[in-house]
Amino acid sequence: MAKRRLAVTALGVGMAALLFGSCSPEQPVVVAEEPARPPVHGDTIIMGSNADAVTLLPVLASDGTSSSVNSLIYNGLVRYGKNLEIEGDLAESWELSPDGLTLTFHLRKGVTWHDGHPFTAADVLFTYRLYIDPKTPTAYAERYRQVEQAWTPDPHTFVVRYAKPLASALSSWGLDIQPRHLLEHVEITKSPLSSAPVGTGPFVFREWRRGERIVLEANPDYFEGSPYLKRVVFRVVPDPTTMFLELQTGGIDEMGLTPLQYARQSDTFNFRRNFRKYRYPAMAYTYLGFNLRQPLFQDKRVRQALSYAIDRQEIVKGVLLGLGQVANGPYVPGTWPHNPGVGYYPYQPDQARELLRQAGWQDSDGDGILDREGRPFSFTIVTNQGNDQRIKAGEIIQRRLREVGIEVRLRVIEWASFLKEFINPGKFEATLLGWTVPPDPDGYNVWHSSKTKVGELNFIHFNNPEADELLEQGRRTLDQEQRRKIYFRFQEILAEEQPYAFLYVPDALPVVAARFRGIEAAPIGIMHNFIRWHVPEREWKYRR
Amino acid sequence: MFFYLLKRVAMMVPMLLGITLITFTVIHLAPGEPTDLQIQLNPEASSELHERLRAYYELDKPLYVQYGKWLGRLVRLDFGESFSQDHRPVLDKIAERLPVTILINVLSILVILGVAIPIGILSAVHQDSPFDRATTIFVFLGFATPSFWLALLLMDFFGVRLGILPIAGLKSFGFEYLGMGGKLLDLLRHLLLPVFISAFGGLAGFSRYMRSNMLEVVRQDYILTARAKGLSERAVILKHALRNALLPIITILGLSVPGLIGGSVIFETIFAIPGMGKLFYDGVMMRDYPLIMGILVIGAVLTLVGNLLADVGYALADPRIRQS
Repeated sequence: MAKRRLAVTALGVGMAALLFGSCSPEQPVVVAEEPARPPVHGDTIIMGSNADAVTLLPVLASDGTSSSVNSLIYNGLVRYGKNLEIEGDLAESWELSPDGLTLTFHLRKGVTWHDGHPFTAADVLFTYRLYIDPKTPTAYAERYRQVEQAWTPDPHTFVVRYAKPLASALSSWGLDIQPRHLLEHVEITKSPLSSAPVGTGPFVFREWRRGERIVLEANPDYFEGSPYLKRVVFRVVPDPTTMFLELQTGGIDEMGLTPLQYARQSDTFNFRRNFRKYRYPAMAYTYLGFNLRQPLFQDKRVRQALSYAIDRQEIVKGVLLGLGQVANGPYVPGTWPHNPGVGYYPYQPDQARELLRQAGWQDSDGDGILDREGRPFSFTIVTNQGNDQRIKAGEIIQRRLREVGIEVRLRVIEWASFLKEFINPGKFEATLLGWTVPPDPDGYNVWHSSKTKVGELNFIHFNNPEADELLEQGRRTLDQEQRRKIYFRFQEILAEEQPYAFLYVPDALPVVAARFRGIEAAPIGIMHNFIRWHVPEREWKYRR
Repeated sequence: MFFYLLKRVAMMVPMLLGITLITFTVIHLAPGEPTDLQIQLNPEASSELHERLRAYYELDKPLYVQYGKWLGRLVRLDFGESFSQDHRPVLDKIAERLPVTILINVLSILVILGVAIPIGILSAVHQDSPFDRATTIFVFLGFATPSFWLALLLMDFFGVRLGILPIAGLKSFGFEYLGMGGKLLDLLRHLLLPVFISAFGGLAGFSRYMRSNMLEVVRQDYILTARAKGLSERAVILKHALRNALLPIITILGLSVPGLIGGSVIFETIFAIPGMGKLFYDGVMMRDYPLIMGILVIGAVLTLVGNLLADVGYALADPRIRQS
């Protein structure tokens, strides 16, 4: 669950600094280490990964491991900084035209690809065209289709023009820029780069043993200076328990812990001495979504009652062992779009019973289950196989709803069938699922009433004219203050309507061997200054 | 004999065709398509994109057209390209997983035979003795113990507590820098637990089978004859009885040929060994049709070949069958 995600892939823009104060309570105070000695270049870090990468060609990749590896090999024009602010990467600076339609990027000079070829604006233009090419099988073309025109006035300037203002335009240029000289005129799915990538990033690809490991080495010519760690190894260990054993015996230096491992299995003296644990909110939330086309859930009072009947604190405690927080909407607490003024539904079973009574649900036949017009209140929650946290949350919800007289069945279905048979055709009553919270608060695809066709994301059929209006405004408004107001109001509507019972935001729980110094936990996580991580020479573990 | 073989091989062709037709149909009956998984729940994917991807993989064509195309490629020994985003040839993906799976399976079968046959003989010879009872309990413990549970316990004990064996994987980091002997030792240390675990579960079947064969054989008249003519008990058992008791084992070995390329998902996941089991499992989960079909076809061919080998081996070993 606590999957590591780097840089641009899945983080929201904003100022989570408020929240950072509560970041790592169990974190021992960073030992005052020899400040006089400057960091040296050397040693290797072995990162545990639960799955092998699929392809190292960013345009084709969509899995977590591939993007983790690619983020060290490639650069975007911009990226998210440690406090989730957008900063330059391959672009030194950029400006937006007064009408909000034209973005001009000024690129860094003197950057070279790992094979020595110079990087220019032509590479950016090529990457853009690669994404929108109908022959490219990518799932990420949509946001680049919004571009009306793109051109390069000179080798170090890249300009894009949009037909309508697009709030997420700038952040979309965090995509990995790929080398034109190696990819032009080749069939993209046949490119050798998918197994031997060439980028501009801090690490150079060295070796890929499928199913075992991927090895990268420091790029001595990196434009921000060569990373201190000489080598990075992504080691594939699919089983979390095995990975934890490997960590303890030194076979792995970094991994994401499960809540159980974090809370119960890493409290020994040896563990504290050899490892540093970190904790910060993951950019994701889990929810119970109600199919609003089902007569059962069409009454707002019923949905509110269900929310009152669920004890969210209990779920956070029981499922996450307290390593997470209650969610009150689709944004992560502490990020700028999140509206802290919207409370969450506290556990109030009496309030739930009262609302259900108002909606006409009573236990008229004395069997302990509410009924109305002869129909008992019973429904099925479907969720996907392979996510134990969701299944456990489902069981807790099942018990709590039974206490107010609602019968819930829980069905766990293998992922592909789950999508095809239940979610896409809308053949479900309620579903336990999670969303990754994307970089931009634009929730148009998930919440807008037009996005209810088969396979689209508003599969619960939420339809609220005011919310629609706000979502349309939000994605076309460029001023952050104004957008914040829009999304604050949007969250109030969701809180009132409860189309989802928002459940929890889990914490990311990375752990790193203690010999690595310079790690700085921040709202974006710990990987933001990865190229500055280092190991004092006397503690080097791998000298070759 | 030659004519018999030719007939058997010729029979394999329609059989194989039937198998592929059935598996192809069954796989496509499973709900969900690879394209669903690649773009589902992706906020940016449009339905137009979905159609484009389906066309790209030719999933928009009728099933019989897809099967025909697939079969046409198979005849030229082209297993096609994987539907996963790496778009690699299926044969490459199988080829890089096959050696380690075969290595572990062969080692584990050797261990099973090496341990189960003596256990079987001794149990039969000393039927109902304490040894017989103890080994029965032992092999059934192996059969009944969940392998993932035992694997984790042993990993924790030998890897973490004692620190004498590696936990998972096949090679240590820095394997390349070891000498020839060091490499071999490193590989052996990594293989010890996986081979033990996979052999432990298989002991029961073979040893019980061996025991009952042996019990059957020692009751035969020719064993009585052998004893009557004054042979030592050792010679009776190891020369006269054993050879006959081993005959049915040939059949079992023949049947386990396809098992050589099959791996176990749980086992490979726990030990972080990239083998066939995980490849196939992931393939099914992603609805990677060409990959699934590739592995199944190879498995089917091996099953047919294994049956043939068993029959031939039996004929070679048993003169009675050869003559009839």
